[in-house]
Amino acid sequence: MSLRAAVLGLLLAALSCAAWAAGPERALSGVLEAIEANRLDLATRRVEALIAAHPNFRLAHLIRGDLLMARAHALQTFGNVPKTVPREKVEDLRIEALLRLRALRDRPSGDRVPRNVLQLDADQHYALLVDSRRSRLYVFENAGGRPQLVADYYVTLGKNGVEKTREGDQRTPIGVYHVTANLPRQKLTDFYGVGAYPLNYPNAWDKHLGRNGHGIWLHGTPSDTYSRPPRASDGCIVLANADLEAVAPRLQIGLTPVIISDEIEWTDAESLERERDALKAAFESWRADWEGRDTGKYLAHYSKRFSSGDENYAQWSEHKRKVNAGKSWIKVGVSRVSMFRYPRENFVVVSFDQDYRSNNLSNAMRKRQYWIQEEGRWRILFEGGA
Amino acid sequence: MTIFPDPRPALAAAIVALLTASAALAQSDDIQEASKLLRAGQHQQALERVNKVLASKPRDAQARFLKGLIYADQGNAKEAAEVFLQLTKDYPELPEPYNNLAVIYASQGQYEKARGALEQSIRTHPSYATAYENLGDVYAKLASQAYDKALQIDSGNAGAKNKLALVRELVGNATPAATAVAAAKPPSPVAAPPPEPAKPPVTVAAAEPKPAAQRSPAPEKPAAKAPAAAGAEVVDTVHAWAKAWSARNVDAYLAFYAKDFKTPGGETRADWEKTRRQRISAPKSISVTVDSPKVSIGADGQASITFRQGYRSDVLKGSTTTKTLVLARSDGRWLIQQERVGR
Repeated sequence: MSLRAAVLGLLLAALSCAAWAAGPERALSGVLEAIEANRLDLATRRVEALIAAHPNFRLAHLIRGDLLMARAHALQTFGNVPKTVPREKVEDLRIEALLRLRALRDRPSGDRVPRNVLQLDADQHYALLVDSRRSRLYVFENAGGRPQLVADYYVTLGKNGVEKTREGDQRTPIGVYHVTANLPRQKLTDFYGVGAYPLNYPNAWDKHLGRNGHGIWLHGTPSDTYSRPPRASDGCIVLANADLEAVAPRLQIGLTPVIISDEIEWTDAESLERERDALKAAFESWRADWEGRDTGKYLAHYSKRFSSGDENYAQWSEHKRKVNAGKSWIKVGVSRVSMFRYPRENFVVVSFDQDYRSNNLSNAMRKRQYWIQEEGRWRILFEGGA
Repeated sequence: MTIFPDPRPALAAAIVALLTASAALAQSDDIQEASKLLRAGQHQQALERVNKVLASKPRDAQARFLKGLIYADQGNAKEAAEVFLQLTKDYPELPEPYNNLAVIYASQGQYEKARGALEQSIRTHPSYATAYENLGDVYAKLASQAYDKALQIDSGNAGAKNKLALVRELVGNATPAATAVAAAKPPSPVAAPPPEPAKPPVTVAAAEPKPAAQRSPAPEKPAAKAPAAAGAEVVDTVHAWAKAWSARNVDAYLAFYAKDFKTPGGETRADWEKTRRQRISAPKSISVTVDSPKVSIGADGQASITFRQGYRSDVLKGSTTTKTLVLARSDGRWLIQQERVGR
């Protein structure tokens, strides 16, 4: 088997999108294209340049090994290492190569937007989305509330995949999170690379489902490693140090959403706008009905499966009827509204600043609601402080 | 990897030319004696002989080369490297010092330097099969280092492993055992032309323990009249041989060789066939071309054909070498009795 044949399986139709991409994936693709064209000298020069730029990029070393080995004798396979080396190690690198090349090939076109991000609030400058099937982190900029893709990076996720439920299950959670802190590298061991940003796993929904565990971080790689295999962490999201350094300035503690999904569902801007407008209308109607003090209309916005803290729908209804009866006027102001479709669930997380005033009570708080579609209309499944 | 101790016509020719040019024929007795002593493992005496020559002719390439071999054989890599390095500077047209320098570098784990020296050797002599073979080994070592980096194999262990492999290869080497270099592995397809058989024992670097007689030289006296018909038959045979090789039809290819074919490395027929089988069947495609054939028919009925052999495969870019085949008629067919690179 020639090296050329060995990489053909890897080299998908990456060529057409190569111009868009930068960084190691493009360089990697350039190496494989040269092999595909049977220009092994060029491929060697390219892979050596790639290694010079990223001396700890193991995948590049593997391909360089193959290029050298091809001069000594015919190759058996991609990653033609001695048989004594565990095949899984090579397989990890092969999959990394595939994922990185696929990221080049499957780059979403400019008019596609992720269905998860219905609306960013004005203070959220960026949103991060993780597509676990692609081992990819996408960075979106807030362009007037609409997400605009600005960069994407290869990431390592949990050894056992996704949908974390228990402590120690070595899985990455699926859900809508945000970064809660910035742990400077001086306080970390080398294992975490240039920095770490804890996520708020388990969030309210996770707790509601009884999920546990902690310490899910976004972090870098050890100094002797450019990138780790696609499934290697204990549940954390691991970026190459250079990539984390590019992402870090865009992270706002407590604000920047990190949405981890099986697979990002891409849609067009108009469809997304329609969905957002429908939800916004329901949300506005809920606010207006609360101000209107028509408790029946107000409660119609809540699902029969609703819960808030210890209260179920019946308890909530009774409580609200009692409170509203004592009001001669209510004003509800909402601002900084964000709306994210929750992965694997059919609800949307709506977060907002609520400025509540009434004849006998006023308070301002950050609130979170889960909105779900039931019988063709949007209803609230959960409500609580954020 | 093979250091350059075996008698190679290329060096022999170069040395003979040097000898003739420098009118140093009188010294060849000392040189021959020194190389005999080296073969016998009597390094000190060999060194004394060589130094005697060098006392009067300090630039003598042959003597210095032999001195390098003695050092290498003693395991004195540093001195050996110095000798070969200086030879490459003084005689940049000789490929062998580059090759031996590379072997020393490789034995020290300096594979990039070894690669550079071998590439230089090949640039000097594009048909130098030994350098190709060694380069294949060096590439394999470099690849192994790259794989170590790729798979994060503990570098301490990897180093030890490489050394162990070296020792094992040494033990398995048929060439001078004490030479501080890796043994010949099955030759890589790059080195498709098998090592050529020895020429008469004029050769300096005759540290080769095999009796030279085993490799009787091809008769070099061309026949007065080469029958044109026989010549055409030989050319046709060689084209058919190249065709079978290109088709990777190993059985057909091997059928071109006489029963008493002198295997290039003196190995058994079975071992040689096994190696050829492996080398011919490993690539997915091979193309062998025969250009500018020149046939001479000897008085004994043997034919000697020299031609430009082009070789390329799916794994290796093309290389062109001069090849000589010696054929004899048997049962109405021309069969190959000897095969060597060069004339």
